[in-house]
Amino acid sequence: MIQAFAFYLFASILVAAATLTVFARNPVHSVLWLILSFFNAAGLFVILGAEFIAMLLVIVYVGAVAVLFLFVVMMLDVDFARMRAGFARYLPFGALLGVVLVAELVLAMGAWSAGAIALDARAAPTPAAVPNIQALGTVLYTRYLFIFEAAGFVLLVAMIGAIVLTNRQRRDLKKQDTARQIARRPEDAVRNVVNQPVGEGVTL
Amino acid sequence: MTEWFQGTLGYGFGWFVATLILILMIALPLMLSVAMIIYADRKIWAAMALRRGPNVVGPFGLLQSFADGLKVYLKETIIPSSANRGLFILAPILTFTVALIGWAVIPFGPKMVLADINVGLLYLLAVSSLSVYGVIIAGWASNSKYPFYSALRAAAQMVSYEVSVGFVLISVILWAGTFNLSGIIEAQRGHIFGFINGFGLNPLLFPMAVIFLISSMAETARAPFDLTEAESELVAGFQTEYSSMSFALFWLGEYGNVLLMCALNATLFWGGWLPPLDWGPLYAVPGIVWLFAKIFGFFFIFSWVKATVPRYRYDQLMRLGWKIFLPISLFWVFLVSGYLMVTRYGAFS
Repeated sequence: MIQAFAFYLFASILVAAATLTVFARNPVHSVLWLILSFFNAAGLFVILGAEFIAMLLVIVYVGAVAVLFLFVVMMLDVDFARMRAGFARYLPFGALLGVVLVAELVLAMGAWSAGAIALDARAAPTPAAVPNIQALGTVLYTRYLFIFEAAGFVLLVAMIGAIVLTNRQRRDLKKQDTARQIARRPEDAVRNVVNQPVGEGVTL
Repeated sequence: MTEWFQGTLGYGFGWFVATLILILMIALPLMLSVAMIIYADRKIWAAMALRRGPNVVGPFGLLQSFADGLKVYLKETIIPSSANRGLFILAPILTFTVALIGWAVIPFGPKMVLADINVGLLYLLAVSSLSVYGVIIAGWASNSKYPFYSALRAAAQMVSYEVSVGFVLISVILWAGTFNLSGIIEAQRGHIFGFINGFGLNPLLFPMAVIFLISSMAETARAPFDLTEAESELVAGFQTEYSSMSFALFWLGEYGNVLLMCALNATLFWGGWLPPLDWGPLYAVPGIVWLFAKIFGFFFIFSWVKATVPRYRYDQLMRLGWKIFLPISLFWVFLVSGYLMVTRYGAFS
């Protein structure tokens, strides 16, 4: 009973939050609704027994990605009137995407229910006694090792690409060299000018 | 206890009542200890500045925090007219809630843990990454420039330090072989020469313990990393527009987070509820006493640092996080995993 209750609670909040993400007028509110939906998705994962993925969802998406989203959205000066003006123009394209998505979902469900996959394996894809971190690790580092490495490599390339794109050398910039700042001693910076005659001034 | 309630009240309802009672058994003492730790913080801070600190309300000023709480409670809650009302109220509640929920997985003794989950450490990482939202939402919803600056600083700071915290946790997890906090504590029993409990004195993990201690100060935005509420630049940072209980919730949440981080330091590196030495008579003292002693020890270090170290500049903070802690902790993960591969899993044998 409590499982069904939790499922419907998480699922309904998830759907509501996702809808509000799209319909919220304020982009910051949109991001906050998105975060709420991430949360509820994590809740659903916990119910499925995939607690590792649930925690990763919260850490990666809520803890890092959504913070950066929020960061960007808060800094941007978004012009709502212009954004809404384009709504009608992109409507057919959006509708097309929606139709494709629904068709794919129907297809996937059909294939799922017709497939030869054992029924027990659906809700609990890991063996019962093994914690799913262990199960995931075993599969990831043996059977899918090369795909895993390839994914890591793609990420590395993307990271290097981002650094190359944003890195520009400016010569007119005054930089702070922290090592030099720390190494600086009073003798380098302070000079006794007490015996200077009045009115002479100090040469710097 | 859960079994007893389930026996008398039925399975589902009994579980609910038992869990509720257990939550209150953690949350209420936590509130009390937050009040007392604020007093301790002020006393330590005062002693280091050769002042007396709070000494008027109650014996030795012990009731000062409660007097402050009462005063704050009686103040009027002011919501700025141009603030985003809903989010403005939500932010302190969020901060406070997040500070409380992390305690669910902290083991206070053998089998004394509310939720003994497999992914305990990941849960704590998730919770600590959530604590930034209270600050960001508060800063944005206040619709005022200083809180907003503070929110941006907080976001960048916490995300930066989370990276190295993650690597530190990975090296601990590698050594313990589990994400479960009780398991991590058990793995520290007799870790050094068979009789010293705790990963902290292991030469391979000691640098990680230091990085974790400093990062936990940065994560909770305590001095010397309290850029989010640097009063010389940002008035009071994200709390500028807050008053009355909404301000008090930030205050309590902040100290709750600090205590959680102290507990985490104690649990991950210094044996949690285990006594310092794996020696029979020391186990006569209940584990919870050892844990509290360790938490208070770390809190003293936090206070000590706050009283003595000047605040970092923002670029220094970022440099420390990205250019020093990140490479060191990344390299250390390789080092620890390599060492374990050779010694424990026999990579070259």
